[in-house]
Amino acid sequence: MSKPVSRRDFIRLAGLGAAGLTVASPFFDWKHGEILARDTMPGLYTKRTPTYCEVCFWMCAGWVHHNEDGEIWKITGNEDDPHCNGRFCPRGTGGVGMYYDEDRLKTPLIRTEERGKQVFREASWDEAYTYIAEKMNLIKEKWGPECMALFTHGSGGHYLGNLLRAFGSNNIAAPSYAQCRGPREVGFIGTFGEGIDSPERTDIRDTKCLVLIGSHIGENMHNGQVQEFSDAVDKGATIITVDPRFSIAAGKSKFWLPIKPATDMALLLAWIHVLIYDELYDQKYVEKYAYGFDELKAHVKTFTPEWAYGITTIHPHIIRETAREMANASPSVIVHPGRHVTWYGDDTQRERAIAILNALLGSWGRRGGFYNPAKPSVPTHPHPPYPKPKRDWRYAFPDKYKLAGLALASGLCDATVPGVSRDCNVRGWIVNGTNLIQTLPDQKNTLAAIQALELIVVIDTMPMEITGYADVILPECTYLERYDDLRISAHREGSIALRVPAAEKKYNTKSAWEMARELGMKLGLADYFPFKTQEAELDWQLKEMGLSLDEMRKIGVKKFPRPADDLYPLEGLPDYEFYTNTGKIELYATQFEAEGYPALPTYTAHEEPPYGFYRLIYGRAPMHTFSRTGNNPNLFDLMEENVVWVNPKVAKEWGLRNDQPVWLENQDGVISSSSIKVRVTERIRFDSVYMVHGFGHTNAKLSRAYGRGASDSELITRVHIDPEMGGTGMRGNFVTFRLEGAPEVQS
Amino acid sequence: MRYAMAIDTKRCVGCSDCVVACQTENKVPIGFCRDWIVETTTGTYPQLQMEIRSERCNHCTDAPCVRACPTKASHYGAGGIVTVDHEECIGCKACIASCPYDARYVHPEGYVDKCTFCIHRVEQGEHPACVAVCPTHAMTFGDMDDRMSDIFKLVSRRKWKTLIPEAGTRPNIYYLI
Repeated sequence: MSKPVSRRDFIRLAGLGAAGLTVASPFFDWKHGEILARDTMPGLYTKRTPTYCEVCFWMCAGWVHHNEDGEIWKITGNEDDPHCNGRFCPRGTGGVGMYYDEDRLKTPLIRTEERGKQVFREASWDEAYTYIAEKMNLIKEKWGPECMALFTHGSGGHYLGNLLRAFGSNNIAAPSYAQCRGPREVGFIGTFGEGIDSPERTDIRDTKCLVLIGSHIGENMHNGQVQEFSDAVDKGATIITVDPRFSIAAGKSKFWLPIKPATDMALLLAWIHVLIYDELYDQKYVEKYAYGFDELKAHVKTFTPEWAYGITTIHPHIIRETAREMANASPSVIVHPGRHVTWYGDDTQRERAIAILNALLGSWGRRGGFYNPAKPSVPTHPHPPYPKPKRDWRYAFPDKYKLAGLALASGLCDATVPGVSRDCNVRGWIVNGTNLIQTLPDQKNTLAAIQALELIVVIDTMPMEITGYADVILPECTYLERYDDLRISAHREGSIALRVPAAEKKYNTKSAWEMARELGMKLGLADYFPFKTQEAELDWQLKEMGLSLDEMRKIGVKKFPRPADDLYPLEGLPDYEFYTNTGKIELYATQFEAEGYPALPTYTAHEEPPYGFYRLIYGRAPMHTFSRTGNNPNLFDLMEENVVWVNPKVAKEWGLRNDQPVWLENQDGVISSSSIKVRVTERIRFDSVYMVHGFGHTNAKLSRAYGRGASDSELITRVHIDPEMGGTGMRGNFVTFRLEGAPEVQS
Repeated sequence: MRYAMAIDTKRCVGCSDCVVACQTENKVPIGFCRDWIVETTTGTYPQLQMEIRSERCNHCTDAPCVRACPTKASHYGAGGIVTVDHEECIGCKACIASCPYDARYVHPEGYVDKCTFCIHRVEQGEHPACVAVCPTHAMTFGDMDDRMSDIFKLVSRRKWKTLIPEAGTRPNIYYLI
């Protein structure tokens, strides 16, 4: 008689069977380690729906996979997507946590007590819309429709923007401009006639030399860019990192220049000096394309490496050697413009200096430098013309920020604060997907603005600090539960990506499309919302392009071949006209001069930390996006809180140990509302401290993130405004340590 | 056949994508992980060097956990992968004590769990989840006995190390340095 097979034996046998399968696997060519067939894996991919990620602005396209029960299981990248090349970053992979987060906003809420007190009652959608529409109409009657403003970050902005424009206001701002990348766009437009945009047009894939100025690629997980960075490192490109902190990128660099913070301009001018006076610049390129070389040459005559040494602490021979490295790699060299560049208030001018360096190195429009992105044109839905607003945000700032290309979130906030001599203050805010309390500097100012409002509506998926101040909270469904606008991408090849709901809505939430439309109906703006369903709108849009929704569902991403072979338009030095006043690359910026701004960048000394204080530097961690992912269960698990980086010498002076909680106090006496643990590390200069942005949540409704780590935003009370475009320079704040916190306030 | 992984410390930026991809792929409960990131910095400011490693079970050829396991739950599977049979595991933690790499944890359901090289994916012709997701292509997986495989060629060409070689475990994770 044969022995009966026990359950355990059976499992062991099943394991053996599986091992046998591996050898005979038809999909994997072990000889070469190649995957033979990707999309035919039974069991692994039972069902998948296309999406693009909403955890950050990089918006990688991917697939949402479901488990046997039809629930959302995991998200992976779409192989055809140029933003991610089939590989999501940790935040995208952890995006499932956004859907499963039990702290989400679940139903519309209307405030019942004073703003900030967090006392709300549940409301029906109709009730919430009626409340908002009444207030909006009141604002329109009393002060004009221009007194409504929209703050937005993410894909909902398109639809809510349509609502606001239809209502009669174009006060629509994203903090990604004046609080982030604005100076870079203005600086590059002033030089080359074109901005950098997102994803950045940097050809890191093919570069031989990459210069990073405070840009911490790898810690800012801008997916495709990080992928190309690793490729460049692997291929032996010279990486030069200028950073007061030994960043991840610095760890992979041939040169790390631990610059004294706030002195980057001196280094850039010295590099320009060396390139010109040692005749290392691309002479043919400059001769053919550049305007104002002689002015520039005379201007930088005295900005020698020796001069810069005293300011930056970077040794002259290192300045010369790195300049030579760049010149040797020219034109395949990138002096990276960075992304978050609102630092010291002269940021547009610093970006101009970076643009000038790139021009001297001949990298714009050349392989390994800056490529020319292609963008598909996608029709927008037909609607009656928008009413022309009588005023916009510029009205509040006569003769200021004349080079700003987009509305300033901080400007709209300032224009809301009463007591300023102007006849129209902003009276109503709609805030979508941006936590303005943490996003805008100078929280006191933001709160003063909020308290002066007639109406503040917050549309978000999560309770954030800003939702605590809302009159009405409209709960948004996560990106995994909704359709959205097509993602239109400018890249080496243009592409579009589709997002469709991967699951039913988990709670009583709606998408921005639905909210904008339904609110539009309440306001009598039905003509601006011609489609009854978002599917119909998308299908119309796609059909206009010769595609269809059904086709896009299957592929997720559609790439468009370049209409012309002009990825590197300046290879071979053809005749070329730039979109500038002179039609040339403006080393000497005539547009700046015409508006009364310096046409050539100069060094300004910035304030230094007082005795016992350290410059507050903040940055990103690869597993979090600002404050929006702090409570995401999957991402919280990777990083629960931020820490403050302290040089060992400083730690010794203060007697600080690793993991010791401290409170930070800034130059204006503001103390962090929560403590932060110390990380003693050689990776930072002794005149600065560093922390990751987005922590120290004060909204107790975030059950995981509340009170974890400290908020840098809270400590940024001093803001240096960029005169050219109104950017808010936030790195001029200094902190000291307090070993004990402020006494607990009984509430 | 000998499954192995090469992890390029030069390409890795330490983003933890491998960690979260493993967690979602293998339904690892929140608060636990099968792989993790280690960053080491040596030197003093400003002369510093950094190494970043994604670490996990080394699937040792001479695995102390397999020797320590009293029920044979920990055993060598296909291609030398060190596997824990959840049904046989009694949760005694002898393996945890014996592992020099701290690669194992006790699952809330009572058994010991760790990296499986995503054998369920490998059987289907896919790469392990961490390898497939890595944005910097820092990881390479394959058969070290196959001289034509990517991993064999990579490990032959590059300078590498294994972790705690003095433990004599003969790890199958190679760190390219």
